[in-house]
Amino acid sequence: MRKIYLHVLFMYFGILSTYAQTRPEPAKVDSSKYQSRKLKIDEINLVSAYYHQDGNNSAVTGGIGTEKLSDFANTIDLQMSKFNKRGKKNTFIFELGVDHYTSASSDKIDPSTISSASSADTRIYPSLNWTHSNEETGNSFGFTGSYSTEFDYQSMGAAFNLTRLSKDKNTQFDFKLQAFLDQWTVILPIELRTGNTGRGGEQYDTAPRNSFSASFSLSQVINQKFQASLILEPSYQKGLLATKYQRDYFTDGSMRSETLPDKRYKLPIGLRMNYFLDDRFVIRTFYRYYMDNWGIRAHTAELEIPVKINPFFSISPFYRYNNQVGTKYFAPYGQHQASEQYFTSDYDLSTLSSDFYGAGIRFAPPKGVFGWQRLNMLELRYGHYSRSTSLVSNIVSLNLKFK
Amino acid sequence: MKSSRTFFFLSISAFSIIGMLSACSSVKPYQKSKLNDADMILSARKAQKFEQSFQLYREGASGANGGKSGGGCGCN
Repeated sequence: MRKIYLHVLFMYFGILSTYAQTRPEPAKVDSSKYQSRKLKIDEINLVSAYYHQDGNNSAVTGGIGTEKLSDFANTIDLQMSKFNKRGKKNTFIFELGVDHYTSASSDKIDPSTISSASSADTRIYPSLNWTHSNEETGNSFGFTGSYSTEFDYQSMGAAFNLTRLSKDKNTQFDFKLQAFLDQWTVILPIELRTGNTGRGGEQYDTAPRNSFSASFSLSQVINQKFQASLILEPSYQKGLLATKYQRDYFTDGSMRSETLPDKRYKLPIGLRMNYFLDDRFVIRTFYRYYMDNWGIRAHTAELEIPVKINPFFSISPFYRYNNQVGTKYFAPYGQHQASEQYFTSDYDLSTLSSDFYGAGIRFAPPKGVFGWQRLNMLELRYGHYSRSTSLVSNIVSLNLKFK
Repeated sequence: MKSSRTFFFLSISAFSIIGMLSACSSVKPYQKSKLNDADMILSARKAQKFEQSFQLYREGASGANGGKSGGGCGCN
């Protein structure tokens, strides 16, 4: 009898427990897709660089003379995002840049002054981008407004960007339209000035320089370790494209201010390919072919091989080679013909080749750099540049990312 | 001669695209751990920003590398 009681009791508990398992529960809200609608800071990037160059082909003095120049450049960008009621993401990127440079050759524009207009200058350039994106499809579009000012140059910019992703998200198409409407103060070398056109309350003329470009980029995942992108970026410039305080000397001994066509069409085509070789090595490559209507043709190739010392620390040696056929308007000091319509002795536009090599380190530990959780990543790069025209330069760059 | 060279490089670009697309295999999101690595990003690094700026000034070529292709004087 006792056994029967016990069996009935076990059966009862058994039924209860079974029922408990099958009892329908109220549907739970899926919190994994919850997106806060508050504006939040995604990341902040600080990029600083110190650049120094020296050479002996200054365009200000007609292709001879010092090219010594130092530039200390800084930008901070703040990326914020917010989801709207329909789950679409709005991203805002505000960037502020401040560069300060000193240039020995610019001091030769007006050597009679202690320090001329552009011997040292500060450039300030803020910009704001808004991008509206669909997180599910990856498609997005956005607009950018920008401004830049320095002593003799003001620039206003606007841009539209569009991104379309394939369904499997292995193919991405990016399109960007950009316009810059610039105003340049026309400063002539002291010898060519007539009337009151020096610094100190005198009048300068201004001239426009407008630039328009369209960028088409196709990115493709090729396999689990390999991806590539192809970029085509035609652009058109119109206005004052010559630097009027640069001198040109002629075979007859005369001197004039640099004169170049007021239109320039550029067509660069770039190919970027990245391959994850194994757990330690990544191969990053870039190649660009460039042509324009001033006769410049250039090939640029870059190779960078990040070596992963551990998952959070990598060292990246890099090498870049550039080779260009110069513009047809270039001639060295004193070699321009008086009959020429356009002329420059700016060695940046001459036939040249250049090497740029160095290394970078990237440090992104999970607990933050130096144990500071908010400092998500630190990257430091050094590069040495040498040009066949004897110009040499060095640059050190630092990128800090906060999250 | 110059136009044939240009044609040659455009052809190489075209073949690269065709080769690239034909070699593609479908990669699922969970198979992209290596592609999503920070060193695999298909653009220049942020730390390269000012390297690209000085190269833009010191050379005649610009654009198609994610850097600036217009605006500003570049006269320093």
